[in-house]
Order: sequence, then structure tokens, then C-alpha cells
Amino acid sequence: MKTAPTRLESTAMNIDRSVLPGEKIDFGRPMLRIFGQRIDMRVVMTVGIVTLLALACGFAGLMLGKFSLTPGEVFQGLFGQADRRIVNTVVGEWRAPRIIAGIVLGAGLGVSGAVFQSLTRNPLGSPDIIGFSTGAYTGGIVTIIVLGSGYISTALGAIIGGIATAALVYLLTWKGGVQGFRLIIVGIALTAMLNAFNTWLIMRADLELAMAAATWGAGSLNGMGWSTITPAAIVTVVLALACGLFARDLHTLELGDDTAKALGVRNEPVRAALILVAVALVAVVTAAAGPIAFVALAAPQIGRRIAKAQGTSLLASAAVGALLLVGADLIAQHALGDIQLPVGVVTVSIGGIYLIWLLVQEARKAK
Amino acid sequence: MSTTTTTAAPLVARSLDLAYDHRQVVTNLDVSIPDGKFTVIVGPNACGKSTLLRALARLLPPAQGNVLLDGTDIAKMKTKAIARRLGLLPQSSIAPEGITVGELVARGRHPHQSFLKQWTDEDEAAVLRALRATNTEELSSRQVDELSGGQRQRVWVAMVLAQETSLLLLDEPTTFLDVAFQIELLDLFSQLNNEYGHTMVAVLHDLNQACRYADEIIAMKGGVIVAQGAPADIVTAELVHEVFGIDCTVIDDPVTGAPMIVAGKPKKTFAER
Repeated sequence: MKTAPTRLESTAMNIDRSVLPGEKIDFGRPMLRIFGQRIDMRVVMTVGIVTLLALACGFAGLMLGKFSLTPGEVFQGLFGQADRRIVNTVVGEWRAPRIIAGIVLGAGLGVSGAVFQSLTRNPLGSPDIIGFSTGAYTGGIVTIIVLGSGYISTALGAIIGGIATAALVYLLTWKGGVQGFRLIIVGIALTAMLNAFNTWLIMRADLELAMAAATWGAGSLNGMGWSTITPAAIVTVVLALACGLFARDLHTLELGDDTAKALGVRNEPVRAALILVAVALVAVVTAAAGPIAFVALAAPQIGRRIAKAQGTSLLASAAVGALLLVGADLIAQHALGDIQLPVGVVTVSIGGIYLIWLLVQEARKAK
Repeated sequence: MSTTTTTAAPLVARSLDLAYDHRQVVTNLDVSIPDGKFTVIVGPNACGKSTLLRALARLLPPAQGNVLLDGTDIAKMKTKAIARRLGLLPQSSIAPEGITVGELVARGRHPHQSFLKQWTDEDEAAVLRALRATNTEELSSRQVDELSGGQRQRVWVAMVLAQETSLLLLDEPTTFLDVAFQIELLDLFSQLNNEYGHTMVAVLHDLNQACRYADEIIAMKGGVIVAQGAPADIVTAELVHEVFGIDCTVIDDPVTGAPMIVAGKPKKTFAER
């Protein structure tokens, strides 16, 4: 009978896995443990600063305009306590809804963009690039033409349009699984087709409806009132929080499908749920403010870079999204004196430059 | 090596058919993974060895038959419960841009966490143990992108160890590494198996490494198992010829005494040429 072979003398390190209580991992950055969560202090600081900047922009937006106000008047106006009643109206009815819209909808776009870029593992995999915003817009126009305008019906139409577009992109991309880059190419192609379809719809519509659809189509916070922003903001916050519930799964999915599944993530149900919620998020924003480009594309990348976050940070992306939209709207309203631009024009202009830079980066990486 | 009690196999496959898009890869396969042993699956390319490993790790649902983990059909178990019992090092993983070693290894704790309990002392200790076991603790604040191939693979192993499962499946863990790193990793697996009694199953390409490190070898060809057993009992020139289609001579490894494969048949000595 053969004898069992002797074991090799190990050349590797000796395993000393003993850990003393209180020993900490060096993550290379301060970590705070609170309520059973491990929190990256750099991310918290960044989110705090960016949020303060967004609020400052919002405050400036409340002050500026044909009827300019002092900071004191704005405060009084916010609580309806100003001596002159007109101040209460200007702050509370005219300007505040718009600022809230900029902050909340911007944050929603940031979260939605972060989810899609994480799922496609590509910075170009953003809802405004791969057709989901455009599809939501198509759904919105069809609803306006058929049912007339109104936030709730337009929002539902936009959600249906967005989800239908997402399903179509997913189906056209499916090849025993969905590969990020294919999805982006298919999405860009579908965006072009939908844009043509949208133009055709608007050209055929009555002048009045066409005007409404076109203004909305540029992406604008003009004329935003409480009746629109209240439901839009509530739904946006709820959907963004829903994405937050999946943040851990999202982070694990970033390690690749096999690794995620081995770590206990139910890949396909989680992905489907995240896509649904994030499409609904972008559709709700689109229904309120039109297809605003660039925010969903840029916010996650900017957020990740300044927070030096590990993978996707939904929180940083939300904060940067809020700052971008409220800041862009400030520029759109006040940069050209009396001429008010739709905020979408500003974001597209900045976004165009950013997109070129991003494409150059990606092309370099591909080499 | 010391376990004398015969425990039930933790991982069993019964009449397994595996297919990708209707292309059958494995047909009617039965296998038991012995408890507490280091098992190595060998075979030529496209013999179905990685496919079998993926099925054992519930990544590939079988077309027919089932996989039993501790006697329960793996398809009926919660994927998170499986992840607390069975760890897998897949052939390829993605390190998110800019992620640090500590953070990546911490992601291995996923199956032990819940929304309200995302980081505990136990998580911190498990990650530290995994970093120490793989000798990557001093890398913990470095970015994974900056590491060499060998370091990176050790970090991925650390992530799987942080999962703290006593059953580990490794899909070609040494591919793309230079020989020094290959030996280092295999020594590490062997130690984990020896000192902690972890059950290990690895797909390896190098037959001699398989003979040196494995307690049990599973040799596959064309989607079926040709032989299974201790290297000394099953590795012969005939088996190597049957599985890989090459002529070879099997000698005793001068270091370990395990079988060692030398390609070619001794027709002439060099002196005679």
C-alpha cells in the first residue's frame, strides 16, 4: 500500500489570524461607526459642504430677481412674517417652489444617474444618455396631446414612457444577460429615434399644446408652483430612499455578477427592482421639469471624485445633483439680465463640454 | 488529515446535467466533495470543470439533477444563507475604480449584514483576520488598482475569507500569476485546509500542483468524471493519457513523494541520442 505523501513545508507566511479586541482596520481614511453603520467621514464632510452650497444657491435664488430682497426679508418671507405682504408672495409662492424643485429634483436625478451608472458599470450609462429621460418625455407628450396637461396625468404618462423605453432597451440588449456597453449603444440609438418621434408629435399637435410641450421639452423650472412640486418632491424623496435601501446590494453588484451572487445578492430581482425605481425617479422628475440633461450624467462622477467615495455614493451624487440643478437654474434665470433661459439649456451647454471630456477619457482607457 | 470520523459530504451533486444555451457541457454527473479535504478538479480545457464548480456554487442552475449543500437542495435555499456557508472565488471579479483594499475585503461581509446592522465588531475582526491570513494587512489603505497581479489576487482571496465560510470553492485561482505567487497562494489554501479544517475545492490547470496539494483529485473529460481519489491512488500514466491525451511518465515527487508527471515516454535516454 502506498503511503500518503508528506505535506510540503510551507513557504508562505504563518497564519496568525488572532485579532485583539478593539483592533481596527486601516481604511486609509477616518471611519465613524454609528448605529451599526460604518460611515466614511470624507463622504459625510463632502455631502455636508455640497449641501450647504446648494442651500446657499437656493437662498440667492430667493433673493435675486426683478424684485430683489434682502436676506432678512427672505427669512421673514419664508415664514410668512414680512411686513409687506408682497414679500410673502414673492418668496413663498413665486420663488420657493422653484428652489425646492431645483434641490429635490436635482438630487433625484443624481440618485437615478448613480444607480444606472453603477448597474451598467459605465459613466455613460446614465438615464439621459440611454434614452430613459427621452422616453419619459415621449410618454409625457403623448399624454398631453391625448389628455391635456396636468401634473399627475403627465407624470403617469412619463413613468409609463420611461419604463417602456427601459424595457425596450433591455430587450434589445439582452443576449443571455445584459452587458453594459451594448446597453449604452442601444440606448443612444433609441434616444435618437425617440427624439425624431417627439419632434414629429409636436409638429402634428395643436399650436397651444405644441408650445406647452416644447417649453417643457427644453427642461425648465419656470413657472414651477406648489401644485406641481409638492407631489413631485414627495414621490422623488420616497423613490430616492427606496434606492438607498438597495445601496448595499448595489455596491456588491459592482464587484461583478458572479461575486455578487456568491456573496448572497439575488442579482436579477435586485437589478430589476433598482431599474424600475430609478426609471420611475427620472420619469417623475421629467414630468415636473422636462428632460433635464447632464445632471444625472455628471453628478455621480463629480460626487465620487470629490468625496473619493469607494464605488458609487448615492448620497454624494444626490448632493451634487441638487447643487448642479439649483446652480444651473440660478445661471439660467439671472446670467443674461432679463432674458430667462430654460435650465435645460444651461445644463446641456455645460454637459456638452463634460460629455466630450468623458468620451475622450473613455477612448483613452479603451486603448 | 487527522479526521477519522466519516462525516457526510457537505456538497453533493446528483445526476447533474449542465448546459449553457442548450449546449450540454456536463451529463449525468454524480460527485461528493469530501468534508475537510482539499479537493482539486483537473481536466483539459472545456471539459466542464469550471462549469461544475459554478453549479456547485449555485451560479449555474442545473438543467437536470440537483446540488445538495449539507443535504438540502441548494436551489431551495436562500442565497444569503448559502453565502454564509459557502464562499466562491470566481474566475473574474471587478474592483470598482478607486476602491481600497480594506473596503473591498469588507464587502465580503455582505452575507452577515443587514440594513440596520451593517458594521459590527465581528465584521471588523473578520476582515482583519482575512487581511492577516493573506498577508495583505499592510496594503489595506492602498487602492486595489495600484497593486500587482499577485497582490490583487490575494486581496480577492481575503475578501472570500472575510465571508468566513468553512467551504471554499476556487475557480482557477492561480491562472495569470507567476509561479512564486502560485505557490504562495496554494500554500495558503493548504494551510487554511490543514489548520482550520476548511473544505476546499479548486479548479487547477497544473497537474503537478494538483498532485502536490490535493487530498483528493477529480479528473474530468468531456463533461464526465473519469476518476476520483487520492493522487497516489489514481494518478497514473494511463489516466493522464486518457484525460489529457498525452504520453507521460509518472515518478515520485522528490519533495513530497506524491505522484509527479513528466511529459513524454522514456524511449531513449539523452546519452543515447
